[in-house]
Amino acid sequence: MSYISLSDQDKKEMLARVGVSSVDELYGCLPEEIKLKRRLNLPEALSEPELIRRFECLAASNTYADHISFLGAGVYRHFIPSVVDYLSSRGEFVTPYTPYQPEVSQGTLQVIFEYQTLICQLTGMDISNASLYDGAMAAAEAVLMASRLNTKPKILVARSLHPQYRETIRTYIKNMGVRIEEIEFGDCGGIKTADLMNKLDKDTSAVLLQSPNFFGVVEDLKKFGELAHEHQALFIVAVAEAASFGVLEAPGKFGADVVCGEAQSFGLAPSFGGPFLGFMACKKEHLRQLPGRIAGQTKDVDGKRGFVLTLSTREQHIRREKATSNICTNQALCALRATIFLETLGHDGLREMAVQNMQKAAYAADKLGKIEGVKARFEGRFFNEFVLEFPRDVGRINDGLQAKGIVGGLDLKGYYPELANCALFCVTEVHTKKEIDRLAAALKKVLR
Amino acid sequence: MIREPLIFEISDKGKRAFRLPKLDIKAKKHVFEGLAIRDEIQDFPQVSEVEVVRHFTRLSQQNYCVDLGIYPLGSCTMKYNPKVNEKVAALDGFAQSHPLAPADMVQGNLEIIKLVEDYLGEIAGLDAFTLQPSAGAQGELTGMMLIHACHQARGNPRKIVLIPDSAHGTNPSSAHLCGYTVQEIKSNENGTIDLADLSERMTEDVAALMVTNPNTLGVFEYDICKIAEIVHAKGGFVYMDGANMNALTGICRPGDMGVDVIHINLHKTFSTPHGGGGPGSGPVGVKAVLEPYLPIPRVEKKDGAFVLNFDRPNSIGRVRGFHGNFLVVVRALAYMLSLGPDGIREIAEIAVLNANYIRKSLDKDYHLKYTTPTLHECVFSDKFQKEFGVSNLDIAKRLIDLGVHPPTMSFPLIVHGALMVEPTETESRRDLDMFIEAMKQIAREAKEDPEILKTAPHYSYIRRLDETTAARNPIVKWERGK
Repeated sequence: MSYISLSDQDKKEMLARVGVSSVDELYGCLPEEIKLKRRLNLPEALSEPELIRRFECLAASNTYADHISFLGAGVYRHFIPSVVDYLSSRGEFVTPYTPYQPEVSQGTLQVIFEYQTLICQLTGMDISNASLYDGAMAAAEAVLMASRLNTKPKILVARSLHPQYRETIRTYIKNMGVRIEEIEFGDCGGIKTADLMNKLDKDTSAVLLQSPNFFGVVEDLKKFGELAHEHQALFIVAVAEAASFGVLEAPGKFGADVVCGEAQSFGLAPSFGGPFLGFMACKKEHLRQLPGRIAGQTKDVDGKRGFVLTLSTREQHIRREKATSNICTNQALCALRATIFLETLGHDGLREMAVQNMQKAAYAADKLGKIEGVKARFEGRFFNEFVLEFPRDVGRINDGLQAKGIVGGLDLKGYYPELANCALFCVTEVHTKKEIDRLAAALKKVLR
Repeated sequence: MIREPLIFEISDKGKRAFRLPKLDIKAKKHVFEGLAIRDEIQDFPQVSEVEVVRHFTRLSQQNYCVDLGIYPLGSCTMKYNPKVNEKVAALDGFAQSHPLAPADMVQGNLEIIKLVEDYLGEIAGLDAFTLQPSAGAQGELTGMMLIHACHQARGNPRKIVLIPDSAHGTNPSSAHLCGYTVQEIKSNENGTIDLADLSERMTEDVAALMVTNPNTLGVFEYDICKIAEIVHAKGGFVYMDGANMNALTGICRPGDMGVDVIHINLHKTFSTPHGGGGPGSGPVGVKAVLEPYLPIPRVEKKDGAFVLNFDRPNSIGRVRGFHGNFLVVVRALAYMLSLGPDGIREIAEIAVLNANYIRKSLDKDYHLKYTTPTLHECVFSDKFQKEFGVSNLDIAKRLIDLGVHPPTMSFPLIVHGALMVEPTETESRRDLDMFIEAMKQIAREAKEDPEILKTAPHYSYIRRLDETTAARNPIVKWERGK
């Protein structure tokens, strides 16, 4: 298949205007010895029907979607209203570039402005950027931002922060002269207060924790925020399950300086991990250190309201090596989907979804916890994920469930050695009572 | 024209556009016990479904886009985004798959990752690729980290990265994020790297040279092999910013010209949609010597099945969650498979032909600071129009009146008043001629009626916006009563 729009006659006339006899001549500015003297070794071109068949086969060799799954761990399956796919597929949203020319990009810019407003409403913060790549990178950018705002050498990171977020932070700070120390979790599944108090000192630049944390447990943001601020450390809250904003109090209410995380739950399918939607919001006094694009409101020469990308003196295309971040392209189309999703669900819909997640997860935890040999690993209240402990290795249990068409909870032993025989289950509004009961019945059989 | 309000301004208490099924279990109060539960989310939207649909449909109509017409933003490669790619990326088998699913349930996904890594390796002439970076800038950062890790393993991470003054802003920013000090290399009168300046600066303190090829002027670094020799002789690496790879696919391969590391923007060369500013994807390719440092996990084939290998002790770690922007990768694979080897060469050839056609058609009307031959883009300036008090900004805004999207403005920094034009292979002759005619009309207007340019655009949904006030008194969200 070819997407070229020139006829042979066009090419001939265009070459004549340029003053060359062939396209090869236009490549005369390349040294001869580096030119590829053969065809690329790639499969021959496919027609559209062949292409679709090829991808249908590839998609069919993914058997995951044929199962009932209870995986979460930073990637959530929520219902996506039809208007989200419909509206976000419009070419006017899909095929423009970053809105550098505001007069012909008001659609994208107003969407970003609404997105920023929604994120501020949900997080309880003053300012949001236009998006970052994903939750892991947003957490890493938050750490870098904290080290610019508060130039002390140590950052405390909860061990109950998503393991991949912690790995990404470590990669990002490797050559930046910042040190990470991890805070342990206690029997409740939340941060061990004593450990945090031990490690908080005058060298601490920031405290970063996740809530609901990786185990699903809701942290005591009030207590930990106060502790951080008592030590002049910034308080950063990461949220990997953004649906929780529908029911849990906004982190901004507890004095968070930065709230960051993953908003995949707002209208994005699991997508094998991407593209997702990193978000970041902060207090207004930190505005100039916030990374990424920001849309702002202004007026045109006739006094009409319009929107532009603003505060670009923070950014790489102006500041080069002195920029707050190297980010350029971000996740605008994902932010559009989130905006449509949130405006469609609206105030009551988002609350209803969040509440159903909590209720169904609680029902599932209760039901599964009653099975002989199974017990809840943590005591803390949770949102839509919880950790169960089994009498034996999770791998074998999950194999048994898989044979019954079920993908069980995430085996935690590779992430936390002390949680061998533990698995992280996720239940959202898309799981029916019947499916949860089926999991319970299957588990009972597998454990017998 | 209707001024589309913000959704918050049309929100009314109690309206809904969505309802879930009734809870099919008994709700229990105790699940909230001891938790800080929020009250009403103040001012959160409450609208009907038709209001949502009209809101976003109207907003969409205020955007220019590739589906509407020529979008000649230099360095951005605004080519057509094939619709079948959207269709295959939306298949449930891909879109509904969880990144932590057992490998045996996602063999199709892992095969796609492996195929794209291999195909990019063939196109770039490099030994291994990672698809984890989310966009070009993250690819650059990843590449810098690989170089840092390799130097570190050899005993000294080194301190400096050399970057030409024509480079994208992300280059110095990414090098800095990796802890390097940036030194700028001057461009010579051809707009290419000054070999004498490079030789002088290339010491054993220099970790790498970052080079964009063809560079941001559209000029191919003719001395690229010599440049690589100079860098390699002092033990440094050559990093290539592959943003302009669209000029070279199937013609020549970075790996064959001494490049050690490259990032490629799938949202440029491989046609995945720009989405108004992402998601993109910035795969990074390397020579074998840097392969051990690539991010984890790696997809490998073992006993006939694809597996994920996390056990790579020299890896720099992760640069983001999971496996990168996977559904963007799916689209890029669809593009490669639909074009085949000849089609992939053809995109470069036609992109270069189209750009040269524009350059030749306008070189009497607009100043070209560098007369060196160019490939897929060309950089004019407003020097001729400045005589009449008309700037590149005025030219850009007037183009909007004439129905085409302006070129990239004021970049690269080495051309004052730059207008950087990259038509891509997408455009028909009719669309190219329309752009050329618009530019010629503007050149005439600059002489005859400059005022019409300085006050442009006249016919757009909104007119010239006050960006200074926006930055000085930032209003970055809607608030009731403000």
